[in-house]
Amino acid sequence: MKKYTYTETKDTRSGFGAGLVEAARKNSEVVGLCADLTGSLKMNAFEDEFPERFFQVGISEANMMSMAAGMTIGGKIPFTGTFANFSTSRVYDQIRQSIAYSDKNVKICASHAGLTLGEDGATHQVLEDLGMMKMLPGMVVINPCDYNQTKAATMAIAEYLGPVYLRFGRPKMPVFTPADQDFKIGEAVMLNEGADVSIIATGHLVWEAIEAGHILAEMGIDAEVINIHTIKPLDVEAILKSVEKTGCVVTAEEHQMNGGLGDSVAQLLALKNPTPLEMVAVNDSFGESGVPALLMEKYGLTRTDIVKSVEAVIKRK
Amino acid sequence: MIIHPQLISIFASKIFKNIMANIQELQQTVSQVRRDIVRMVHANNSGHPGGSLGCTEYLVALYFETMKHDNNFKMDGKGEDLFFLSNGHISPVFYSVLARSGYFDVAELATFRKIDSRLQGHPTTHEGLPGVRMASGSLGQGMSVAIGAAQTKKLNGDDRIVYSLHGDGELQEGQNWEAAMYASANKVDNLICAIDLNGQQIDGSTEEVLDMGSLEAKFTAFGFDVITEKQGNNMEKVLEVLAEAKSRTGNGKPICILLHTEMGNGVDYMMGSHKWHGVAPNDDELANALAQNEETLGDY
Repeated sequence: MKKYTYTETKDTRSGFGAGLVEAARKNSEVVGLCADLTGSLKMNAFEDEFPERFFQVGISEANMMSMAAGMTIGGKIPFTGTFANFSTSRVYDQIRQSIAYSDKNVKICASHAGLTLGEDGATHQVLEDLGMMKMLPGMVVINPCDYNQTKAATMAIAEYLGPVYLRFGRPKMPVFTPADQDFKIGEAVMLNEGADVSIIATGHLVWEAIEAGHILAEMGIDAEVINIHTIKPLDVEAILKSVEKTGCVVTAEEHQMNGGLGDSVAQLLALKNPTPLEMVAVNDSFGESGVPALLMEKYGLTRTDIVKSVEAVIKRK
Repeated sequence: MIIHPQLISIFASKIFKNIMANIQELQQTVSQVRRDIVRMVHANNSGHPGGSLGCTEYLVALYFETMKHDNNFKMDGKGEDLFFLSNGHISPVFYSVLARSGYFDVAELATFRKIDSRLQGHPTTHEGLPGVRMASGSLGQGMSVAIGAAQTKKLNGDDRIVYSLHGDGELQEGQNWEAAMYASANKVDNLICAIDLNGQQIDGSTEEVLDMGSLEAKFTAFGFDVITEKQGNNMEKVLEVLAEAKSRTGNGKPICILLHTEMGNGVDYMMGSHKWHGVAPNDDELANALAQNEETLGDY
């Protein structure tokens, strides 16, 4: 198992904040909208540098989404910022009609996704957002794994013409991907080539998948570890190629089993190459208040859970 | 840019009778648009004639007189006035006015609501119909969209105006009031929102279904410059209120026109009731409606 080292931990939302400033420096059409969460979304640097391109909309997410759609008319590239819950379920109809169906070039940037939001509890811990967003025709859905990748993704989506959902979070995660990476939408990142099982992970679970790979190596299991930062369009080729070699799959994500990455992979494999599959995901449940690490443990989203799922899926080969 | 004969005539006119002649020409367009509306809805036995007929004068005035716009359609609309239809169900009047303005061939009106058509039941950009910049149908989103477009115009140094039209029943959607708060707080003063005040919605009168009280007081309290027009089906009055609204732009406040109209206007048996909100006329009723509206520009 390949070693990944890191010198610091950072939150992915800060990667978004840094990427937004870079994207705005590069392209004067980039504008930012925020619904009273500028600090939480790390949009302050953008607001300070480009005050005339920053739009504080207050606590009115529906207005923000439709306004962003309107702003594209005349060439702006709006980035909306609020928590993932208020970026999706609260404004689904606005996104569906004014952004997705109207083919508008809006970037929906969503922080505090999943259980790692922690103490605020289930009202804010959206675990259904990837599913909601991937169901919308034409919507690109991205869930990067660390600070550097989130920054690179933010810059990449500014260059892409069309609606995008970019999901990131609150906890500090190891920064292990290269600072100068070339982020390619829809292209899986091979983290470790292996022969016995394919571990396909997204977002915060990518680091757990790497750690699980080391544990498995000690157990004599050679795991292939793939970072799927783009849920849609899914890198079908990379997944099918890996599965052909390993013959079994474990998916890992901070999301409901229904509608998430595992669901997309299961659909693909059922259609193209039926293969034993286990999913590390939240099993049809809301979250709750608590320290993020303890929540991840309670809801079964740790490296240990990935290892257990690998052991189970290998037996099914 | 489209230079309509009526515009040329009004520019050339120095005397009152030419203005009256211009109004007469606009009224002829209104008559043809009303024919298009009832024929489109009849042909599918589906669609929304009531609100469409009630807003005919307003849309004809906008597209044939008030707005600077280019029927060689460009989505970005830079340097043009823009129009957003928030109450998308009155698509028949929107499609007819766009076609009669030259955005697409009037023959395409025959495809309304049929399979493989660009003229969907509710307007969409998805099929690439020239003149439509945003899908609408799910109510309450158009004011926010118009505000966004107006803000982009300001960023681009584009001094043209953004117009939007909303149903009165539609104001029961809360997003309108989020948008209204934003528009006044941020001095979006290149925006003219018209409310089609026909007092009707699907289940009955707006008073019966959910009484909204005084919309004038509400919009004033939300920081709009409010202009009430009691005769929204009188072309002369509609032109006047649009000119007045336009003259008030750039003064730090968004503008709201409370446009009193009659649902079903121009077809006597459709007037004064919510019944014709979303019901198509049968063959006899169509003949009756057409007899009341002269064919002036040629049926599609």
